[in-house]
Amino acid sequence: MAKSNAVEPLSEIVGPLTLVELCHICGSPADWLIDLVDEGILEPLGESRPVWRFESTSITVVRKVQRLQSDLRLNIPAVALVLSLVEENAALKRRVQLLENDPPK
Amino acid sequence: MEYKDYYKVLGVERAVSQDEIKRAYRKLARKYHPDVNTGPDAAESERKFKDVGEAYEVLQDPEKRAAYDQLGANWKEGQSFSPPPDWDEGFEFSGGGYTQADPNEFGSFFDDLFARQGRPQANARTDRRFNAPGQDHHAKIVIDLHEAYQGGSRDFSLRAPELDANGHVVLQERAIRVSIPKGVTNGQHIRLAGKGAPGFGKGKPGDLYLEVAIKDDAAYRVEGRDVYMDLPITPWEAALGARISASTPSGKVEMTIPKHAQTGKKLRLKGRGIPGKTAGDLYAVLKIVIPPTESETARALYEQMAREMDFDPRAKLGA
Repeated sequence: MAKSNAVEPLSEIVGPLTLVELCHICGSPADWLIDLVDEGILEPLGESRPVWRFESTSITVVRKVQRLQSDLRLNIPAVALVLSLVEENAALKRRVQLLENDPPK
Repeated sequence: MEYKDYYKVLGVERAVSQDEIKRAYRKLARKYHPDVNTGPDAAESERKFKDVGEAYEVLQDPEKRAAYDQLGANWKEGQSFSPPPDWDEGFEFSGGGYTQADPNEFGSFFDDLFARQGRPQANARTDRRFNAPGQDHHAKIVIDLHEAYQGGSRDFSLRAPELDANGHVVLQERAIRVSIPKGVTNGQHIRLAGKGAPGFGKGKPGDLYLEVAIKDDAAYRVEGRDVYMDLPITPWEAALGARISASTPSGKVEMTIPKHAQTGKKLRLKGRGIPGKTAGDLYAVLKIVIPPTESETARALYEQMAREMDFDPRAKLGA
């Protein structure tokens, strides 16, 4: 493998993905991804499965779920709970930071 | 290399049972899991999570634990250490213990002790008679806010496991130039076609997927495509209203501060967040800053306000 790449490879923001594409990129079975949608962890655009489109941020979410499942042996509802608590926690931390940042100079 | 006290990392005594090691590990894994820890302590948590994983990898396996214990209890954490030449003599390693964790993530102490046994060997897929596409690779890159706004091009250093000539997994560092598309935001992925693992035989190389994270900035906070900034204003600007000019990630903008503005009030600058098909908004959060009372004039002004203004901010407290 070359140490550096002189020629810049084509780079693009990964666009909206079908279920099949998301399966391929994340190496996950479709059934399992459908479970994540049913649990509200993934929120595709489109009414029904054949027209579902996933934002590329879904890849980040799926990989997070994969790590949480294998590292902490969580089932899908537990992952959903953890993710929403983590989000809430992050929002609270931001809020605290905002309030504490008030430097009395 | 430095000696690592795996028992200390897990916070247990040397004599504890396997069950207690498992419990200690699980508790710490939950506490330090990188996906559970956000904010300023995230990097520290991730380091601890790796240390805990490394310690558990050794101590959860009775064979490796026994071999490690044999090094003796007198070593101190961080002490300079080289293993005795035949430290692992007579220990049989079944080699099955590496499947759950990626030993490439572990430190050099672990590597030097255990890396010789049980590393995954080259598998059948390296046989050049097969044609198969290369695997996709995933990595994370951290970009600056201005790169999300303007796009740009930058070299990133990525580490990827690769098979060397002998079929051993080695961590290969490579520099790769990435052109960052304008308008990319947290959690989105950039695809570099053909920059994943090389294909086998005539197979095409895989793609490289880069997860984007925008670096925390003292002045700006990013939420989705929206960006928040603190906007300091004077008490008179807050009281009387004002036209002010402020620096934002997309350049200077004119803003109108409404009369009677209070700290915490958000002014929305539509479309001034991270650009895109539907651009995000920029929110300026007002923060009233009280000027110092060092000069006589300033003091006199405050005293005049105290005398002449009928204002009790604690009226609602009913004191």
